[in-house]
Amino acid sequence: MTVQELPGAAAYRPTPPPAWKPRIDPAPLLPDPEPHRVLGTKAAADVDPELLLTLYAQLVRGRRYNTQATALTKQGRLAVYPSSTGQEACEIAAALALEERDWLFPSYRDTLAAVARGLDPVDALTLLRGDWHTGYDPRERRIAPLCTPLATQLPHAVGLAHAARLKGDDVVALAMVGDGGTSEGDFHEALNFAAVWQAPVVFLVQNNGFAISVPLAKQTAAPSLAHKAVGYGMPGRLVDGNDAPAVHQVLAEAVARARRGGGPTLIEAITYRIDAHTNADDATRYRASGEIDAWREHDPIRLMEQELTRRGLLDDTVKEAASEAAEAMAADLRQRMNADPVLDPMDLFAHVYAERSSQLREQEAQLRAELEAEGDQR
Amino acid sequence: MTTAAAHSAPAKPATMALALQRAMRDAMAEDPTVHVLGEDVGTLGGVFRITDGLAKEFGDDRCTDTPLAEAGILGTAVGMAMYGLRPVVEMQFDAFAYPAFEQLISHVSRMRNRTRGGLALPITVRVPYGGGIGGVEHHSDSSEAYYMATPGLQVVTPATVEDAYGLLRAAIASDDPVVFLEPKRLYWSKAAWSPQEPAAVEPIGQAVVRRAGRSATLITYGPSLPVCLEAAQAAEAEGWDLEVVDLRSLVPFDDETVCASVRRTGRAVVVHEATGFGGPGGEIVARVTERCFHHLEAPVLRVTGFDIPYPPPMLERHHLPGVDRVLDAVARLQWEAGS
Ligand SMILES: Cc1ncc(C[n+]2csc(CCOP(=O)(O)OP(=O)(O)O)c2C)c(N)n1
Repeated sequence: MTVQELPGAAAYRPTPPPAWKPRIDPAPLLPDPEPHRVLGTKAAADVDPELLLTLYAQLVRGRRYNTQATALTKQGRLAVYPSSTGQEACEIAAALALEERDWLFPSYRDTLAAVARGLDPVDALTLLRGDWHTGYDPRERRIAPLCTPLATQLPHAVGLAHAARLKGDDVVALAMVGDGGTSEGDFHEALNFAAVWQAPVVFLVQNNGFAISVPLAKQTAAPSLAHKAVGYGMPGRLVDGNDAPAVHQVLAEAVARARRGGGPTLIEAITYRIDAHTNADDATRYRASGEIDAWREHDPIRLMEQELTRRGLLDDTVKEAASEAAEAMAADLRQRMNADPVLDPMDLFAHVYAERSSQLREQEAQLRAELEAEGDQR
Repeated sequence: MTTAAAHSAPAKPATMALALQRAMRDAMAEDPTVHVLGEDVGTLGGVFRITDGLAKEFGDDRCTDTPLAEAGILGTAVGMAMYGLRPVVEMQFDAFAYPAFEQLISHVSRMRNRTRGGLALPITVRVPYGGGIGGVEHHSDSSEAYYMATPGLQVVTPATVEDAYGLLRAAIASDDPVVFLEPKRLYWSKAAWSPQEPAAVEPIGQAVVRRAGRSATLITYGPSLPVCLEAAQAAEAEGWDLEVVDLRSLVPFDDETVCASVRRTGRAVVVHEATGFGGPGGEIVARVTERCFHHLEAPVLRVTGFDIPYPPPMLERHHLPGVDRVLDAVARLQWEAGS
């Protein structure tokens, strides 16, 4: 017996519900079906040559930074380094899309974004070297501390952007996260707050294929990470993360939109993690070596070189200048990282509270006495 | 090789990591309701390789790589346990368990109580904890006091290879939730323990005297046990004959073993690397004082980490209580009233 056949069913006429329609039209929020690309398309001709050359030089420098930092782990100068080799275009183009007054909220992998924003290369590494958790004053360059717990910096970015708007400042916050980090509750809460408050935030997901060993397919069942935006009521954008001018364009548009009060954007940059998760990780356990090959072909620096050559902007002088600048940076980094950092153990107590409690003063005295005794023994 | 020969062969040194892995393997083989889940526990075998081989042997449904979300991992484990499974959850590092606190405190710890015994949650939450491995920020916390402060949770922490096996088996078999704290700097410590002849499964809640002595008791657990044993050795030269008690379980707490020892020796020092203020030692000192006051020759002292956020690796040696700090405290046990 079906529901229709129930006795009296024929006479049953529910009152129709009030008309429903989506609160906003979801269509304009949906990401493009294909990641946005500039290099190798007609649009490339319109990109300012100045910008192309800047991006190129920064990419070369960024790659060198990655190889140098990785070398420093082998020499024991860095405790650990999560390389962003292959992802330099996301890191750099995103950072360069910000104005000086804007804020960057990086994850632990985003040292290059911080350096592209002007942070001293050594200061960007203290977390990973182990001499101090944050080697810089976040207010100086407007870079929040490199964040180790995943996705926890995203709500901070929303709060800061919201506060800036409340104060009448046209400041935008860029919050970076990995594909794995999008599974955390904080990601959801941050996006939801940002959309409800129409906060001037741009969320950039660097989808590099893996969260340590877990591939994206085991992380999410969404059509794309950019699609998640629609559920919060913000636009989602997809971009080829190895195409530096494309990343720059999409980021710049989202930043401009946020700045003029248009609210947040979620951007997914499709890229690939060429190196292991960190130098401590063994990637052969979870990925086949052949998998990397296609991505090596689609290398961000290579793509730029092809475009610059096509436009007659790349000659030996330009190439050499970029690589010399990168070498100089690497040499300086090497040299300064090879000096043992001078640490004062008493700093352990210096910044726990604005004012030291009597208990901390006691412990401080204890350590001082221990250090003096150690010194006497030497 | 005959079975007899295999048994008589000297046991090869095994690590705590291997013992933990064997404990999960054996539990999964014996009981099809035991499921392991967490970040990277499958293909990779966990970042410390503790779950190595489990996915291969038991399949992805029994050893599951989850999405990267600790609240989700523990929250879904609650539902799995409600439906009769025994989830063993891996939190990747101490500080990355914090997103799961809501589930742990609001549900895992009190489900039995709020359902008047109707719904028990046999969940084991494995948490690598503590410092001394040069980890960057958020990779070295000692969070045991937070867990201890929550009624309904058992808090267990092995210090030896044998205990790693036995206590994890006991934790998985327990009908109540267990926060199983793994001292990550002891993961690669070795003992002549044979995975072919697994150690006895000891019940949770029993401390053990690791070294007998008469002049004072060192009360400790997890990563600080080797420090205390070394200190006891060194103290011999000063004429101190130290007893070392390994708690193994912080909740439930074995008042009996601890107090019997302190009554014998009349003096005690609690040693752990978590912070002192509001730390586990405060509870332990209070209990010992309440029960052994008339046997005490000196105040019960604590040697702990400083009351600071865990420092960066290059400074951690100044923070972690080492042998010298323990010996200093022992010297202060020569206590005279009014001094
Ligand atoms: C809350 C939290 N849980 C677990 C970890 C341990 N962990 C560090 S990196 C990482 C994978 C991150 O993957 P993804 O977000 O994709 O970023 P990627 O490393 O690929 O840049 C994990 C699980 C952490 N840092 N924080």
